[in-house]
Amino acid sequence: MAIFIQQIVNGLQLGLVYALIALGYTMVYGIIKLINFAHGDVFMVGAFVGFFGYTVTKLPWPVALVIAMVTCAAIGVLNERLVYRPLRYAAKISALISAIGASFFLEYFCSLNFIFGPNYISVTLPLKVITWIIDGVRITNVQVIILVTVVVFLTLLQLLIFRTKLGAAMRTVSFDHDAARLMGVDVDKTISFTFAVGSGLAGIGGVLFGFAYPEIWTFLGVMTGLKAFIAAVLGGIGLIPGAVLGALIMGQVEIMTAAYVSSQARDAVAFAILIIVLLIRPSGILGRNEPEKI
Amino acid sequence: MDKNKQVILALVGVVVLYIILKALIMTGVLGPYWQIILNYALIYVIGGLGLSIIYGFTGQFSLGHAAFVGIGAYSAGLFAITFSHYGAWGSLGSLVVGIVCAGVVGYLIGVPILRLKSDYLGIATLGFNFIVYDGLQNSDKLFPAMGGAQGMTGVPQFQTFEWYFVAAVLVVILARNFVFSTHGRACTAIRENETAANVVGVSPARTKIMAFTIGCALAGLAGALYCHNYPYLNPDSFSFLESINYLIVVVLGGLGSLAGTVITAVGWAFLLELLRLVLGPFYAFRGVIYALILIVVIIVRSQGIFGGMEAPFLVPQIGRRKPRAIVGS
Repeated sequence: MAIFIQQIVNGLQLGLVYALIALGYTMVYGIIKLINFAHGDVFMVGAFVGFFGYTVTKLPWPVALVIAMVTCAAIGVLNERLVYRPLRYAAKISALISAIGASFFLEYFCSLNFIFGPNYISVTLPLKVITWIIDGVRITNVQVIILVTVVVFLTLLQLLIFRTKLGAAMRTVSFDHDAARLMGVDVDKTISFTFAVGSGLAGIGGVLFGFAYPEIWTFLGVMTGLKAFIAAVLGGIGLIPGAVLGALIMGQVEIMTAAYVSSQARDAVAFAILIIVLLIRPSGILGRNEPEKI
Repeated sequence: MDKNKQVILALVGVVVLYIILKALIMTGVLGPYWQIILNYALIYVIGGLGLSIIYGFTGQFSLGHAAFVGIGAYSAGLFAITFSHYGAWGSLGSLVVGIVCAGVVGYLIGVPILRLKSDYLGIATLGFNFIVYDGLQNSDKLFPAMGGAQGMTGVPQFQTFEWYFVAAVLVVILARNFVFSTHGRACTAIRENETAANVVGVSPARTKIMAFTIGCALAGLAGALYCHNYPYLNPDSFSFLESINYLIVVVLGGLGSLAGTVITAVGWAFLLELLRLVLGPFYAFRGVIYALILIVVIIVRSQGIFGGMEAPFLVPQIGRRKPRAIVGS
């Protein structure tokens, strides 16, 4: 039983990191209906910036976290401005291809020797790991930090979206660009802001990922990003609670498969569950299936 | 008479192209290395046309095309190894096996998931790609010859590029005839507007499954040819990133343009190798330049390089409505 609860804790840790990334996917999809393939790579940049922050420049880790967040937000906004905006009103697939291009660019650019280099880097944690054992279940302070950070930022995000003018603008734009413009909302600025928030969250996710799984490399964002995206779809893309729910489910599924079925099959099982859920509920668990208007 | 003239012109074009390529190979301009790249480019043409039928003409977004290429490659490879003592017949049989396996799997997976639409369909096919990838990684548990994560070796290799050339030409003809047939028109109708197509009597489910199965079967052929071009097969060659390559070929070529897909497939395969040649010591920049080319091209021509264009010999003359006087010809 203790082992089972231990797996749940491990799954929760993974799920929380996924949640931070999934939020960025879901917010961008909600507002411009684009699968932002480069988001996983923004997350990777966050992991590296945070790591260099607290090792090379010896900053306290919360400061490094904020720096990573700001850097990622800047990359997200730049990316939107340079790569996505020219294609905003072109066919959706064109924007998707340019997103894939942006993703490749970030991966290969960061792999250059004078940036982050192409090799795996093992992360030296900036804090001492303390382990508590409760009824045979090991809980570390890193896990607690992850939980607290995610909860804090989720609360802030909810407040931002439902209690501020910018949040109202975001909700309006995600509903209808033209109507938003008629109501005096600056659509371009709101979209940029959405990218900033989503990418900033991915940056935090990157730093926390480095804490939890202390080995990073420049192609880290491909699989992790994809799984976070899948989590967002599972929960119902475009919905913030959906992204969190999907991410938590995804974390549990992966850890449980690795623990009780086969660690090689963890991706396959996760994706099989996704396909089954999509067949039963085509818009995800929390998504509403809107009938097509003619 | 127009129609016959077109067929003759196309035939002459194919023969001339063949002679040029053969001459380049005979004179050694295209060395053994570039010959493999040329074969690879032709494989890309075949797989790309498969995706073009699925996505370019029927509008069904697939992010898992490489999975079917992989199924084709591994099933054909296994068959070719098992029946290697039959020589060329074993190889020919392996192509059929590759086509059939990928087509059947495509049909079985297409029936449930083609109910999904646009991005959701893309994600489901992407998931299928990962499942197949994991399956191939562990394939040695079922068939030791497949080698699993270690990769598969020992597939008899084709030494001549005629196999690839003939297959590619046949597939281009097949794709062209399909696209302009009744069924192809039904596919285009589905792409443009599913509801409207349904109203005029086109069954969306049947048409989509048909297009998907044909596209997957072509991917299987591409895979079967692939396993005869490279002595070493690895699941990584059929990962999700490879699916992205096929998608890039079809979208950059211009959705709904056969000639665009063919030209872009060849261009894309050679571009990657040319970058290797040109960059030399700056080889590490290959990925960066490749990504920048992709971004710039799609921003400059968002409809694809050859979007809305088609090579004249790929359009049947009957379909064209030129205003002209009705005179007995």
